[in-house]
Amino acid sequence: MNGGRLVTFLLWCYAAFVFAFIFAPIVVSFIVSFNSDRFPTLPLAEFTTRWYEDIWGDPTLWPALQRTVIVGMCVALISTLLGFGAAYTDYRYRFFGKNFYLALALLPPTIPVVILGLAMLVFLSQVGLFGQLHSVILSHVVLCTPFAMALVRLRLSQMDESLEAAAWNLGASEWRAMREIILPFTLPAILSALFITMAVSFDEFAIAFFVSGFAETLPVRILAMFQGQVSPRINAIGSIVFSVTMALVILAQVALIVRNPARARLAGADA
Amino acid sequence: MPASASASHDAAGAPGSGARAAARGRGPTLFGLTMGLPALVWQLVLFATPLVFMVLMTFWLVVNFRPTPDLSLANWSKLLSAGYFRDIYLRTFLYGMLAAGIASVMAFPCAYLLAFKARPNIRWLAVFLLITPFFTSYLVRTYTWKVILTGDGMVNAALGFVGLGPFSMVNNLFGTIVGYLTLVLPLVILLQLFSLAYVDRNLIEAAHNLRCGAVRTVFQVIVPAAKIGLVLAATFAFILSFGDYVSPTLLGGSKPPTMSILIVDVVKSGANWPEASVIAVVMSLTLLAVCFAALIFAYGKTGRRT
Repeated sequence: MNGGRLVTFLLWCYAAFVFAFIFAPIVVSFIVSFNSDRFPTLPLAEFTTRWYEDIWGDPTLWPALQRTVIVGMCVALISTLLGFGAAYTDYRYRFFGKNFYLALALLPPTIPVVILGLAMLVFLSQVGLFGQLHSVILSHVVLCTPFAMALVRLRLSQMDESLEAAAWNLGASEWRAMREIILPFTLPAILSALFITMAVSFDEFAIAFFVSGFAETLPVRILAMFQGQVSPRINAIGSIVFSVTMALVILAQVALIVRNPARARLAGADA
Repeated sequence: MPASASASHDAAGAPGSGARAAARGRGPTLFGLTMGLPALVWQLVLFATPLVFMVLMTFWLVVNFRPTPDLSLANWSKLLSAGYFRDIYLRTFLYGMLAAGIASVMAFPCAYLLAFKARPNIRWLAVFLLITPFFTSYLVRTYTWKVILTGDGMVNAALGFVGLGPFSMVNNLFGTIVGYLTLVLPLVILLQLFSLAYVDRNLIEAAHNLRCGAVRTVFQVIVPAAKIGLVLAATFAFILSFGDYVSPTLLGGSKPPTMSILIVDVVKSGANWPEASVIAVVMSLTLLAVCFAALIFAYGKTGRRT
């Protein structure tokens, strides 16, 4: 028994090491961004906000950030709409070719982004949609819709199926049942999907690198900065990007956890 | 898309819904189409078509710096007979396998601990913590590893205090693998954790009662029972590492190159889209074959021990 406890203790130590490995780059990036050394090492140099002042004054970053935000919001809206429709379709209907439908709706994230980016580049330039901001939006929606679909579909599978049928029996049209039963019930997943898709788009660089042309988004801009010299400015931008995406991902998870009492009462079985 | 739409609720016999189902008919309704069609059209036009188009592009030729429609096998024969291409392909494949293997082995003790030893609230905290980095700028995380691991960076400075090193940890295979692990480790732990959580506790009880040792229980009871999930996790690790561009570029120094680096080089410097498409199609076929092999392996008969 004592040996077992020792093994468990060692396992905990090991798990702490693995989690440290996973979070080391995030934590170190924040530290380095406030450290005055151009080539950071141990022991650390003094505290500075110089790198943040540097990027504040960089004229190429602001348009890139602006583009990223526009893309992120459009992608979040469109892919959540599409993902919601696809999830509801999968939840409710059986039809010929459904497996094909699901493959189309779910597979994009399993394709390496370099391949997806190349395919987008080749296709979009052929139909004259290449090299603008909408090229990035069109491609990112392809990548993000599966995340939205998966989240909404999971939530729908927690719903009592007879709720919607009961609404129909009481005379509600399909549209009204959608508005008053399905939408309120899936609201947490919809919010979560909005946040997650925005985070995925906000971070995505490979597809954007291929299709954006001169309409560089922030991650593409960061990728370009790697070609230049090593600089904690990248960590300063990186820390801002981290903060935004982590906030979005945490919001997405919180949206799924927190339950609105009114909604729970509506859900009945859920309360 | 819901061409012959029929409500699954009705099939399930929800109270009194039969009449309404009849009233709605069995053809596609406006409502059904509004829900299902947008995603279908979007992914058909902007996901399936570009992939098909990329396959067609492999038969095109570059004339006057422009890809021109053709039905030539020149790109295929050029790349498939090139020694450097074979080297790069094999190297990328090995890197992917290596990353999948290391990630699976590294993740398993964590997943095991979280699934069997941790209290539920700790487990949920761990899941929460693992989901977050998966969506958090892989690009900047990899760049920060470079800062940490570089010649006079933090790790070498720390090791210097105790009289070790300096070690060369970037622009080589070690750096590349660290990058791959940064990408895949959280996902592999999560997938392993979910598969271990579904292992029937009675099996473990039984093994314990039959005086099966802890280590033997892990390898002869838990691993076979969770095999499908473990294989799935390793497969995802392979897919992500095999296709990754950032780690071999930033932490591996892009020499020797991998398939993704080759694609980017061919597109950027050569603007040779047909050739880049051949590389991408070869990669896609490889991934398909690996997924297929993994499925056969996962559902193979060794999973069910008698």
